[in-house]
Amino acid sequence: MANKQIIKERRLQDDAWKVVTLVDGEAPFDVCLPVGPLLVPVSVWKAKKSCLIAREYEHGTPLGIWLAPEDDIAEIAADIDDFTVIAVHFPKFTDGRGYSTARLLRERYGYDGELRAFGDIGRDQIFFLNGVGFDAFVIGEGKSAEEALAAFDDFPESYQGNAVQPLPLFRRRAA
Amino acid sequence: MYKYDDYDHAIVQARVAQFRGQTERYLAGSLSDDEFRPLRLQNGLYIQRHGPMLRLAVPYGLISAAQLRRFADVARRYDCGYGHFTTRHNLQLNWVKLAEVPQILADLAQDELHAIQTSGNCIRNVTTDHFAGVAADEIADPRPWAEILRQWSTFHPEFAYLPRKFKVAISGAANDRAAIQVHDLGLQVVSNDAGEIGFKVYAGGGLGRTPLLGQVVQEFLPWQHLLTYTEALVRVFNRYGRRDNAYKARIKILVKALGREEFSRQVDAEWAPLKDGPATLTAAEVERVSAQFAAPAYETLAPDDLCYLGHLREDKAFSRWVERNVQAHKVPGYASVTLSLKKAGAAPGDATSEQMEAAADLAERYSFGEIRVSHEQNLILADVPQRELYTVWHRAKAAGLASPTVGLIQDLIACPGGDFCSLANARSLPIAAAIQERFEDLDYQHDIGELELNISGCMNSCGHHHLGAIGILGVDKNGEEWYQVTLGGRQGNDARIGEVIGRSFAAAEIPAAVERLIGAYLAHRHADERFIDTFDRIGEEVFRSAAYLPKPAHPHQSRRVANG
Repeated sequence: MANKQIIKERRLQDDAWKVVTLVDGEAPFDVCLPVGPLLVPVSVWKAKKSCLIAREYEHGTPLGIWLAPEDDIAEIAADIDDFTVIAVHFPKFTDGRGYSTARLLRERYGYDGELRAFGDIGRDQIFFLNGVGFDAFVIGEGKSAEEALAAFDDFPESYQGNAVQPLPLFRRRAA
Repeated sequence: MYKYDDYDHAIVQARVAQFRGQTERYLAGSLSDDEFRPLRLQNGLYIQRHGPMLRLAVPYGLISAAQLRRFADVARRYDCGYGHFTTRHNLQLNWVKLAEVPQILADLAQDELHAIQTSGNCIRNVTTDHFAGVAADEIADPRPWAEILRQWSTFHPEFAYLPRKFKVAISGAANDRAAIQVHDLGLQVVSNDAGEIGFKVYAGGGLGRTPLLGQVVQEFLPWQHLLTYTEALVRVFNRYGRRDNAYKARIKILVKALGREEFSRQVDAEWAPLKDGPATLTAAEVERVSAQFAAPAYETLAPDDLCYLGHLREDKAFSRWVERNVQAHKVPGYASVTLSLKKAGAAPGDATSEQMEAAADLAERYSFGEIRVSHEQNLILADVPQRELYTVWHRAKAAGLASPTVGLIQDLIACPGGDFCSLANARSLPIAAAIQERFEDLDYQHDIGELELNISGCMNSCGHHHLGAIGILGVDKNGEEWYQVTLGGRQGNDARIGEVIGRSFAAAEIPAAVERLIGAYLAHRHADERFIDTFDRIGEEVFRSAAYLPKPAHPHQSRRVANG
């Protein structure tokens, strides 16, 4: 993901984070950690936690992790405040588990760092992703990030409370 | 009924603009088929046999005369001048053009209509009792709760990409007329000893390939917690429902796999942190919404109108219509009228633009301007003064809306089937037509009495065949259309899934097989026993052996001869 542009604060920004993935059969402990800020899978975090934290102490490299749809957030709950970025992967845009993951991270676990969506996402997902608490978006291959910027305003209001406006509409319209 | 405020209007208008953009990008080639499919489905747009089908929402089945006229106009302007009312209160247009759909939605939005979440793997239109607000057995009007759920589920950011569709039904009456036990989430309004309102919650019901009745996960959920609890429940489904196999992705499979207790435990664990949070309902909001469903300005009328009683005595055709199509009302001097969309020769649930306009006229003149769509695919005028029934009957008859057959065999439920639907294994409509033709004789139908016969063209069960006393399911055998028969199904408080009786039938065999089943009933029934009662008393075997007689007996004709 180096030198790639991502959407943050509703504009395109350069981004230096790299996503670490395990190749088939690779043990989490054996994975090679390149220089620079990394988003590592949960298994790598668990296997190489001390190593990653040492990088932060020694080189000031911020910590990041990425979650697959099936990952159990409870497994990293104790470490959540260590991460500068938590990324949630969408292997297919029709797999909506990451939306629940985001709300749980924000609301249940109180995570207030960068929450990044990446994978098969584009302009037609941005509004809802933003609504559940994502604030950074890596637009999928072959999709236009410029177009996606327009989607934050697809709807002027939401009936539900969300990450942008925690009070549901009924609590505001009644006033 | 619920009237949009500026917020509701703005949200629907934004959807029109959003979908216009999506359609333009698809037509320009910048959205692929796979990318566009889930987006168009969440707007009710299917690509069918003959082209696109657009499913328009009738939230909880309630529609104004102006809205029904808008449907009529849209059907005439953009389709072939008719639409099909479904078992989930919606209206399907079978001949729209993709490029015109954004304009259709723009037209609909002028009358607070839309196609939001009428398909796709999201929370669908909430359905309810078509006699809501007027039924004598009502604990509380379910419509305010349905509207509250509609708003909560509309564009819920967390639940746009569920494992599979999610259907909610709610009943506010002692007798369930909304089939809540065969929904993903079924809500029964209940009141506790202190007179407080709450919900008995069923989860994991559904028809389809694995028909199951919902399991009770809450005996009494206080109303304040309706949204937080539902949110927790749908979240458990979103996170843990199966995504590897579309046939096993409904919540019923998850509930079955986990068992009721474990599923409830997981929902409760998810609910605990949400409970009493911002989505907790307020009395002010419930009052705001309930006020919009206040009873209309009923006149004070005598319980029995003398002219009406006179017509009942003198006009047999009228009294027969009243017997089947008019229901008692909780307000003296009023009645509820079912306008039948089951005219023989027309597809069940189909209405022409002219019929929709006629129904809208009747509603405006005689029923406070509102119409309901029933899950039996008929239209209901809920609040008609008794003294007007005779006129309403004449006018309904002129519009082809007065088949006096509600609850009888002609009132059968059928999905559009293989003639239209690309999911279907077999056609439903010719089977429905053949059965209706076979039992055309009104005396015969009335003699047979109440009988629910439901037809689905495939395992998706849109025609609710499992809930029919007689159910017919289209199946594919080596590229040929065959039909499986189930018996003993029923909806309501004692909902039950029908059982398959044996080998399937060829299309041409079905009317005779149905007639033999009915013959068995007529031969064994006690006085005042309905088909389903006789079935329960004497059991399946008599019916099974009747269905498969090599040489069909012909009780209908022999009876006629006997009557000479």
